[in-house]
Amino acid sequence: MKNSRSLEIGTGLFVLLGFAALAFLTTQLPGTSLKFGGDEGGYTVTARFDNIGDLKPGSPVTMAGVRVGRVDSIRFDPKDFKAAVVLRIEDQYHEIPEDSDASIQTAGLLGGKYIGIGPGGSETFLKQGGQIEFTQSAIVLESLVNKFFANMASKGSDEKKDDAPAAQEQK
Amino acid sequence: MSANPESLAVNWVRRVGGMTLFFLQVCARLVPSFARPGLIVRQIYNAGARSLVIVMLSGLFVGMVLGLLGFDTLQRFGSEDSLGVLAALGMLKVLGPVLTALLFAGRAGTSLTSEIGLMKSTDQLTAMQMMAVDPLRHVIAPRFLGGILAMPLLAATFSVIGLFGAQLIGVQQMGVDVGAFWSQTQNAVDLRDVTEGIVKSVVFGVACSLIAVYEGYNCEPTPEGVGLATTRTVVSSSVMVLLLNYLLTAAFLTKS
Repeated sequence: MKNSRSLEIGTGLFVLLGFAALAFLTTQLPGTSLKFGGDEGGYTVTARFDNIGDLKPGSPVTMAGVRVGRVDSIRFDPKDFKAAVVLRIEDQYHEIPEDSDASIQTAGLLGGKYIGIGPGGSETFLKQGGQIEFTQSAIVLESLVNKFFANMASKGSDEKKDDAPAAQEQK
Repeated sequence: MSANPESLAVNWVRRVGGMTLFFLQVCARLVPSFARPGLIVRQIYNAGARSLVIVMLSGLFVGMVLGLLGFDTLQRFGSEDSLGVLAALGMLKVLGPVLTALLFAGRAGTSLTSEIGLMKSTDQLTAMQMMAVDPLRHVIAPRFLGGILAMPLLAATFSVIGLFGAQLIGVQQMGVDVGAFWSQTQNAVDLRDVTEGIVKSVVFGVACSLIAVYEGYNCEPTPEGVGLATTRTVVSSSVMVLLLNYLLTAAFLTKS
């Protein structure tokens, strides 16, 4: 009977492992809540942005290019139509001036978004529950491209106006 | 055994027909075979638990390669944060089901074919029939069912291990941010992608198991015949899996 016992244990382990893997794939991967890479501890501060682009929970928060924390959560504030982004900053970086600014930046041309914090000059530091007042929104590539083409178009029409009298003079 | 193309074609059509009939016969005995769950458990153990080590090892290495190559390619576009998306979708949709099915055909399919073939060549199947025991119900159906149940679990394990292998290389070695890795992955993968992988692995499981038991059951009852049948199992299963993979991928693409 020992044989049948080890057989059943082996099968049981295999089936449990398989179902654990299936459960991971179905519940964790398509989820919106972050379970991996989400840091515990540290303190949280809020920053409000006009437009966060495709910033996501779990995106890095950096100062001078060094990661000091992560985006904890993002929600839309219907009162002032802004995005309230909660940043979780590691405890060792507790001396961030209160008047620092936060801007949303892009890693590379197509890379993910992250938040860069530029230090201010204040003597008081950000605390748990604090707020970063100065923010700069994400640069949305499409609107940039639109602006560029709008500029080109207006320049083009200006040149035509300039050309028109010149052509008449030649006649 | 002539190389006459006409008889080759006829043989091929005959094999397809035989396999279809065999499939229906086995299906009719699937429910009665649940009367002996012990037999099915043993087959899940044989097909699944004993393939687990090779599947996990392969998954790890495939994931690690995906991490290396994916990072190298994505880095050129400055979007190495998307490595998790690449690894997860690649693993779920193609690499997990297909590679697991190929390993499954080689590891479990061959042993099924040779086991059944040997039973046949030592007249065990005939003896069962003499005693009014239906070999399709007591030998074939549990093995077929065990294979079908084991495949999706193996493929899911493969995908998960592979994803962590990609994370190991991407995050630990190449320095992709772990938060970006997972948050982009969770954002890009939806339940449909997971379903696609599971459906694929079930279909591949049916195809591989069916081919394996069919070849074993219909082999020439000689040492040479068993050997040939085992080879045919691997060849047919592999071709079948890759073909079905194309069809299923196309089907899932058009549905969206």
